Amino acid sequence: MAKRSAPEVNAGSMADIAFLLLIFFLVTTTIPKDSGINRKLPPMEPPNDDEVVIKQKNIFTVLINGKDQLLVEDELMELKDLRKAAMEFLDNGGSTDADGNKCDYCKGKGDPRSSDHPDKAIISLKNERETSYKTYISVQNELVAAYNDLRNIRALEVGPRKGFSGMNFVKMENDFKDVNFVGNKEKLKEVIDQIRKEYPEKLSEVQ
Amino acid sequence: MSKFKGKKDNALPAVNTASLPDIVFMLLFFFMVVTVMREDTLLIENRLPQADQVEKLEKKYPISYIYAGKPGKGYEKFGEEARLQLNDKFADISEIRAFINSERAAIAREELVDFLTISLKVDKETNMGIVGDIKKELREANALKINYTVGTGSALDN
Repeated sequence: MAKRSAPEVNAGSMADIAFLLLIFFLVTTTIPKDSGINRKLPPMEPPNDDEVVIKQKNIFTVLINGKDQLLVEDELMELKDLRKAAMEFLDNGGSTDADGNKCDYCKGKGDPRSSDHPDKAIISLKNERETSYKTYISVQNELVAAYNDLRNIRALEVGPRKGFSGMNFVKMENDFKDVNFVGNKEKLKEVIDQIRKEYPEKLSEVQ
Repeated sequence: MSKFKGKKDNALPAVNTASLPDIVFMLLFFFMVVTVMREDTLLIENRLPQADQVEKLEKKYPISYIYAGKPGKGYEKFGEEARLQLNDKFADISEIRAFINSERAAIAREELVDFLTISLKVDKETNMGIVGDIKKELREANALKINYTVGTGSALDN
């Protein structure tokens, strides 16, 4: 018998099959929104008797009422002014920290009626049950932004001395997490930790 | 002259579609790679608020999701009040603790149990009351790492 070549497979419907699969994956795809504001909840503690006394001037109170209005340090405030007010409070540096050191990196006014030192300054956030979640998130965002802005400014000062010029704090943190980062990670960690210590994030929520 | 005339009458040649499967396959592979199947079927409205000081949720650590919001389309019989959703069904606040424990038990690698992050996906029109209750239960369950999952955008536009 004569050698016959195998008949060619008809691939005309391949496109249809591929389209079918394509449409399936198109429909089921959700690009995940996987970013957010990280928070750490305070642990449940047994009630202890020795109350910690904090000076009133070291507390920056933010109250959100049921109508989504902001009361900051007993004054009504717009959301857009919150960041600046929080930064002024944190960066005031009116007095000394717990060890008696003056805040030599603060750029605030040094108002004796405002916070003593970034190390002592606490932001206290209180909301009511009727407060809407979006306002709460906006306020949280602005307060985190106040810390981040201060840290960014500080990072641009400290960074060049340690060999990380032109990097703000957020970039430093991202680079530190990035596995592909070329550079001295240990040194970077030192800088990050130093800035974190200089502007510790002390945000307390009233339950 | 008639020698050349004949060709002009021909219709346009058909477009060659031989490479169409290749193009489609390319798209298909792209979508297959980026697809993440939905974690849960949402029974509630879930429009996340926006913020710009966001950090990425690290996928290398275990994440559990808690949803809250008004019952969505088709679930109006559950009322107008914001409800809590765990896994694929509505849940009560008191079920959070059991949920966290089962999520912890489901983590294959024991050393990662302490790194469990709770992602709160809460609709932006929800009242803080239910969020406060969730947070209280999470504290009781000792699941302290939380993440308010939000969209990226200006917080002032919320």
